[in-house]
Amino acid sequence: MGLSDEDVREILRIIDSSPLEELRIESEGFALHVRKGGGLIEALPEPAERPSPAPVAAVEPSGAAVLPSGAGEGVVIASPLLGTFYRAEGPGRPPFVDVGSRVEPGTTVGIVEVMKMMNSVPAGVSGVIEEVCAENAQLVEYGQPLFRVRGGP
Amino acid sequence: MTIARVFVANRGEIALRIVRACRELGVEAVLGASEVDMFSPAARAADRVVCIGPGPSAQSYLRADTLVAAALGTGCDAIHPGYGFLSESAPFAARAREHGLVFVGPPPEVIELAGDKLRAREEAVLAGLAVLGGGDASEVGFPLLVKAAGGGGGRGIKLVRDAGELGALLSLARSEAGSAFGDERVYLERFVAAARHIEVQVAADELGSVIALGERDCSVQRRYQKVIEESPAPGLPDATRDALCEAAIAFARRISYRNVGTVEFVLDAASGEFFFLECNCRIQVEHPVTEAVTGVDLVCEQLRIAAGDPLSLAQEAVRVDGHAIECRLTAEDPERGFQPSPGRIARFAVPALPGLRVDTHCEDGTFVAPYYDSLLAKLIAHGRDRAHAITILSAALEGLECDGVRTNRDLLARVLADGEYAAGAVTTTWLEGALPALLEGVAA
Repeated sequence: MGLSDEDVREILRIIDSSPLEELRIESEGFALHVRKGGGLIEALPEPAERPSPAPVAAVEPSGAAVLPSGAGEGVVIASPLLGTFYRAEGPGRPPFVDVGSRVEPGTTVGIVEVMKMMNSVPAGVSGVIEEVCAENAQLVEYGQPLFRVRGGP
Repeated sequence: MTIARVFVANRGEIALRIVRACRELGVEAVLGASEVDMFSPAARAADRVVCIGPGPSAQSYLRADTLVAAALGTGCDAIHPGYGFLSESAPFAARAREHGLVFVGPPPEVIELAGDKLRAREEAVLAGLAVLGGGDASEVGFPLLVKAAGGGGGRGIKLVRDAGELGALLSLARSEAGSAFGDERVYLERFVAAARHIEVQVAADELGSVIALGERDCSVQRRYQKVIEESPAPGLPDATRDALCEAAIAFARRISYRNVGTVEFVLDAASGEFFFLECNCRIQVEHPVTEAVTGVDLVCEQLRIAAGDPLSLAQEAVRVDGHAIECRLTAEDPERGFQPSPGRIARFAVPALPGLRVDTHCEDGTFVAPYYDSLLAKLIAHGRDRAHAITILSAALEGLECDGVRTNRDLLARVLADGEYAAGAVTTTWLEGALPALLEGVAA
């Protein structure tokens, strides 16, 4: 799923009127991190289909700013299903991506095999691979982090 | 025990029950949990938990390939399917076997045969069991039931009162069966007006021993779904009890049944005759009443049988002690047409009473997800006789605290307090008939 601009506005309205200091929402291919009191808001990543992140940035309630993620947590590419994770198309082949690789939402970053069915995993985000979180040929669970990506425009 | 690590492919109270049985036998348990079940009591009790997918069961507990991959990936040598979900899926059992996993249940061929209600009936006849009519409507007579060959468990049943209704209901039943079970075949069964639902617990090992562990009376039903179950069946003559157990064993032998299973019968309360209904290839929800009166741990027995070990007892050693009654506490609102009532349980507590067993996955803060069935807990009372069991269970319901979701607790308490229920031997249509009066009591 992705959040619409209206969803983000609504979230900002709620947090603005609540005693919460910080809010973090993560869902498939989307993460939103909001901190109050002149802190920063990270809206990460923008799904490819989204026209532009500008409308979100334009919301700017109570002095908060929308910034692309800098150093720090980045975005997680999570396994879409349980199975065996492969980083390359076959033994001896180069990995699809590695630390430092630039990815776009459609970039294949790995394969999860369930009973001989190969499911390619798209990055779902734009950015640079910062960390490889799962080992090749190991069981990965649904939702388990595979990569961490530093978001970029 | 040749099994060292079991993959539990289920959720809720039965997942916790299976994990505990594994503990008892010194076997490791790995739980496959959906995203919403990752912090359940069963997940905490298991040696390891893996997330098999999101909440909706079609994307988690019903994914055979994912479950087999998870079992293999976590080094398990067996899969316990529990009840519901894929527990009676022959393709799932076959898939597990293909990959060298022991399926804790009968072999896929047996599951397939028992799942085809028409074939199961034919085998029952060959084993010398009586069935309710057969052939066309003129032979069966009216009123009659139209049942789906691929159905079972109370699903896909239509009551036809006279010949005038037959044509329309038959074609409706066929099309519904086609869409629900992928199998349009239906068959006709004589309708027994005063029917009791009696089932026999059987266990069969790989060495050829087959035993019966007494019967259960599950006549308190609503829309063919069981609400209260007990063992032994009240007021049943010993000769009938023995004949039921013998019939169940004969059927199990005939189809080369393995592991624990249940052979269901309808007993005509007027004549005392009984007829084969179907065979269930899984551990049943109501298995604890049998455990209470026989002292046999049926889930441990399942694991032992699956490991190739002999049954832990012979038929001569089966003793029935006292009386046990189970009621199913569900997150349903009887006053609103039994509408499911998912939500967060703020407080859940059951009094500790001698003779009371509670199988549940609920605790303070449990979220009852909208994806699964509404069973919250099974309360099982074991008393020296039926009246004693009713007393324990009534006290348990009275002391039960379950805040945050609506439940059928008050209705269950009303049933236990009802004079007709207390007198014993109600029929399968009793609850629905008594419901308006019972609900008035609840509302008052």
